[in-house]
Amino acid sequence: MSTTTLDPLKLAGSKAKGKRPWFLDNPDTERVMNITLALMQEVAVIRERLDTVERLLDRDGVVTREAIEAFEPSKTDADERGYWMQEYIARCLRILQQDREALARGKEDSSEDVADEFAKTD
Amino acid sequence: MADTERDPRPEPIEYDGPPDYRVVGRHGVYPETSHDEIARFNFLAQMNRHLSTKVMPGVAEAFETRIEPKRKTAYKTRHQVRKDLVKDPMFQWWSAMRRATMETRQQAGRWVTIRQADELNGKVKTLTEGDPRLVLDPDFKQPRSTDAIDHHCMPGSYHTELVPGDVTGPANYDAGIFATTGGMLGRYNDGGGVAVAQWVQKNLPDFKPKRILDLGAGLGHNVLPIAEAFPDAAVVAVDAGAPMLRYGLARAKSMGIENVTFIQGDVSDLKDMFGDESFDWVQSTMFLHETSYKTMPMIFAETERLLKPGGIVLHVEQPQYSDDMPLFEQAMRDWDAFYNNEPFWTKMHEVDLDAWMEKAGFSRDRLIHGGVAAVVDPEVFPEAAEDAEQEDYGRKAAWHVIGARKEG
Repeated sequence: MSTTTLDPLKLAGSKAKGKRPWFLDNPDTERVMNITLALMQEVAVIRERLDTVERLLDRDGVVTREAIEAFEPSKTDADERGYWMQEYIARCLRILQQDREALARGKEDSSEDVADEFAKTD
Repeated sequence: MADTERDPRPEPIEYDGPPDYRVVGRHGVYPETSHDEIARFNFLAQMNRHLSTKVMPGVAEAFETRIEPKRKTAYKTRHQVRKDLVKDPMFQWWSAMRRATMETRQQAGRWVTIRQADELNGKVKTLTEGDPRLVLDPDFKQPRSTDAIDHHCMPGSYHTELVPGDVTGPANYDAGIFATTGGMLGRYNDGGGVAVAQWVQKNLPDFKPKRILDLGAGLGHNVLPIAEAFPDAAVVAVDAGAPMLRYGLARAKSMGIENVTFIQGDVSDLKDMFGDESFDWVQSTMFLHETSYKTMPMIFAETERLLKPGGIVLHVEQPQYSDDMPLFEQAMRDWDAFYNNEPFWTKMHEVDLDAWMEKAGFSRDRLIHGGVAAVVDPEVFPEAAEDAEQEDYGRKAAWHVIGARKEG
């Protein structure tokens, strides 16, 4: 794959010049988040490849690596794949959606609060 | 429901997200991209879109419901707002993911271009060697504004060469900007330049420039549409980064655009390069925020010196901060300044540009104000002007224009 004297494995992930800002209270949490995000990306890549294989099989009944590389999705194909990606990201980042919804609801009872209330006999 | 149907897919869905990466325009020096490399860019474009439309609104909601109400006195500055934002988990998570997505996009693009460095560098060398339209200065000293920090987390910024004749940096910029903008800049990342050219043709129909100068041209993607719209004009693109210029000329030639010369230089002082009144039009597009407080007045003064009587200068930028802009919005717009390696972004956007232009010698009654949004093929690409859902503070492909027409 590599045709150069430069090492892409080493250089692709180089750090940009300038002290990096960290955002989460614990930098280790942010490190794990970064690794998780990279994995999210790679799962998306695998899924897109699988989708390509399926569409090629639908179309040609056979699949080759060359055909995967040359695949051009139609507008409908692309829309379906884009929509899947939106669904996928929404799935992975569900907890952030729920944080927003919790914020919108304001103060909510916990199950512990309600359990006490429901256990009352008087 | 007939269970004998072979295709279980639902009816066509209503999809309004980024287009597939494969719609990008592939000029002659565009890096090759494998299926999986494309899929990576597709994911990143979608992540950016998700963050701006589904996560970032939560920051405004957190600000309204639990950050601002806790504050005892009214905010006086955007920096006070930001200092409170950074303590809130909604801002923290959005920011951590936005930064991570930016870094991941750089990695994805660098992988693509560095693995094929020899081919890319070779193609560009073949197209540019001995061409008088590429003027590099081997003794050029990078200004502090490009050397201090790698802009927008792009390792090596605009000027670093991994090997002599290297263009992997600009090729990465070119190939990956789709992911950062979700396709908002169009097929050749030129939606901004197309918009500027159309704006000038519409608003100044009699203006027929013979010589055009683009400041901080980068790889030329913003100026090529202008060169195409005015094919009889001689266009000069100046930038500090040799790799950008080298790639820029090769890219332009491969697209059949022959009227642009790429010159390495510091745009705050072009006296050794061009005499007074050398240009009809001086343009900068999303460049001023990558200069500095010291050099920006020098650049304004240079534009005044370089313009012929009756000539125009136009600077395209994200909107300035003003008293009309809520402090929350200003603080959000400062994100790129502090967290995406755009250090001058914050100060630049509070400058009174009209006053600075006047100080540079332009009459106040000849100043030009306008707005442009990226012009793209709406069949394929999302249109910034039509996009009410996404305000991605500072990233939206819709800009302000500040300029002037020199007397004469």
